[in-house]
Amino acid sequence: MANMAQAIRLALHYGEKHLGVTDIFGEDVGAPLGGVFTCTQGLATAWNTPLDERGIIGTAIGLALAGQKPVAEIQFCDYIFNTIDLLKLAGNSCWTSNGEFPLSMVVMTPSGAGIHGAPYHSHSFDAIASHLPGWKIVLPSTPVDAYGLMLAAIEDPNPVLFMAPKALLRIKGEELLPGEPADEKELKEMIDAPIGDRGQWKARWPEMGHAPIRIGEARTVREGGRATIVTYGRYVKLARNVADRLAAEGLGETEVIDLRTIYPYDWRAISASIAKTGRVLFLNEDTEITNFGEHLLRRTIEEHYYTLRARPRLLAGLHVPVIGLAPPLEEASIPQETDIERELRALLTEKT
Amino acid sequence: MTAVRPPPFRPALARGSARSAQPFKDREFARAFLREMVRARVLEERLIRMVRTGDGFFWIGGPGEEAFATSLGLLVDKGAGLAHDYLHLHYRSNGILLSMGEPMLPFVRQMKNVSTDPYSGGRNFVAHAAKKEWNLMPITSTIETQFLVALGTARAQWRARKRGEKSGVTVVVGGDAGTAEGDFASALVWSSRPGEELPMLMIVTNNGYGITTPAGQQHGERNIADRAKAFQIEASVCDGNQPDKVWAALSDALDYVRERGRPYLLEIAVSRLHGHSSSTGGHRVPDEVCCIDTFEKKLLKSGWIEEGDLKRFYEEANQEATEAIETVRTEKWPDGSTVLDHSFSAGDIRGGLPGRDF
Ligand SMILES: Cc1ncc(C[n+]2csc(CCOP(=O)(O)OP(=O)(O)O)c2C)c(N)n1
Repeated sequence: MANMAQAIRLALHYGEKHLGVTDIFGEDVGAPLGGVFTCTQGLATAWNTPLDERGIIGTAIGLALAGQKPVAEIQFCDYIFNTIDLLKLAGNSCWTSNGEFPLSMVVMTPSGAGIHGAPYHSHSFDAIASHLPGWKIVLPSTPVDAYGLMLAAIEDPNPVLFMAPKALLRIKGEELLPGEPADEKELKEMIDAPIGDRGQWKARWPEMGHAPIRIGEARTVREGGRATIVTYGRYVKLARNVADRLAAEGLGETEVIDLRTIYPYDWRAISASIAKTGRVLFLNEDTEITNFGEHLLRRTIEEHYYTLRARPRLLAGLHVPVIGLAPPLEEASIPQETDIERELRALLTEKT
Repeated sequence: MTAVRPPPFRPALARGSARSAQPFKDREFARAFLREMVRARVLEERLIRMVRTGDGFFWIGGPGEEAFATSLGLLVDKGAGLAHDYLHLHYRSNGILLSMGEPMLPFVRQMKNVSTDPYSGGRNFVAHAAKKEWNLMPITSTIETQFLVALGTARAQWRARKRGEKSGVTVVVGGDAGTAEGDFASALVWSSRPGEELPMLMIVTNNGYGITTPAGQQHGERNIADRAKAFQIEASVCDGNQPDKVWAALSDALDYVRERGRPYLLEIAVSRLHGHSSSTGGHRVPDEVCCIDTFEKKLLKSGWIEEGDLKRFYEEANQEATEAIETVRTEKWPDGSTVLDHSFSAGDIRGGLPGRDF
């Protein structure tokens, strides 16, 4: 099965070939590297930019204004912070011009911790991204979702921020992408650049299918009636593991919702699940103060207060300046499976 | 406050070819040019008055830059799409639009933030225009970001040229103080990448100040245009108070970018006749050179205009402004219920704002 980096690459190839993508660009995005996570290897419209994140976002805006279809990469979301005013400009172009200048553009960036990334390869950006009105924001948890959400992002007439969990980029999926060769080795030979001299190398692309995933639609990855976990990205798998374990202990079935889109988030799916279970845990790794999960908590309290069966909870990253390299520091900074288990156990067993 | 003038020019650079200075040898052209400058000035004066009478919250604009503004407006290849010039301007550009053929009415509408404002529907300050049909990209308040956005339209035009298609050029304009932002350096780097040089004219209108801070206190470079040298970008400096000079410099620079498909940096010394904006009072500054005064005197002396013509130019311009202000008098602010309109370009949003079901 394709890993998430390959899935993104295949989606971008589909975008170039069928959806009018004109430019895929960023630092080391073009040949020879094809992106630090290999997401852009072998792509026809990929090009290398100067090492200048503001230049990258500004160029994306200008290309979109000129009717092109740009996909810009910020190498790590840790380095997106100096572009926030440009992201704001992109997000308000349509509004400020009273609808005359919408921007159809994609910015993709790897986010989150879990790769022993030390202070500057461990940042999350979902909380701050949720403060950028005018953007759609997606964060897939599987290669299939990464493929589908990238196609949807490219097709969207608005700016879309596509974040890929750093820790999942090299993880293989459990399902084939539409059009993906069943033999993993074959896929690798077709689309992965060889190590060493890549001067002559060209990708051989499989004929991929058109399978966009609607932005704004969550996916219930585990059904349950006793409690709800709402999460995304890297934490989907961890939440599922913990839910399986506690169900096996006889504590009840937990529904796990993979949000997939941070904005516009699928409140209907969240709300329906909370109405069913009355117990909810919001889970993500960004810092906890004005965390996106806090917003969902607020809505939960305002709209479900009288039918909740237990205190709703948020488990998120510590409000620590950055994430330290030594594993015990990282583990103490962002939710671990043991933390999720503790919170879910308390949620499942709280007496009403 | 003592005015600190921009650093001295290098006259060797402030030239214009004989061909490019030609139009000013024509009496009708010179008269028409003056009439456009007057129109731009009168619009600004009337907008300032609107703030004073409570018909707007804030004024910013370009009185003092009319020689430059009128020249650029007349020289630009106006139209939509890659085949025409893209304009990335800042908030002193009303005169550029007027000489491109825009009436005064939309500016007056934006000043009063009424819903009929075609640039922003009453959502933005005056002098923040945007017009698709002319490739006028939205003017934003954020200093210098237009130098980054311009790289994108220039890149698209660079590619069109490579494909052998007819392509315009990208023109970006900003002030002197703003060049301290990294975005200006980004524009120099990105526009001069070897083998991928962009068809982009960068213009710095140097009025010697950033709001109240004199350039001389913050900038050690002799001319801002000197910064182009390190990137092998052609550059020149010119006096923006002399219409024929600024026309020639602009026209040469535009020709260069069009013909060579390469970047060019043009620094133009301009006056700032009403201070920074209404936030600093918006009053007429006594000790700055006025490009209209100078040009009027010159044309009077040569007999190409008479006092009566001048009077008529001002009357006509004021008449246009008066009619625009009269039209807008009864127009309304946008309704509060429209506040979320155009947050996104397509109405397909689900989830989202509390209390709203998309
Ligand atoms: C990024 C940014 N910083 C600060 C401001 C506030 N501001 C508005 S105009 C201005 C001065 C700009 O001076 P200059 O670039 O010389 O242009 P001028 O107004 O003189 O034409 C400042 C600091 C802003 N609009 N944007």
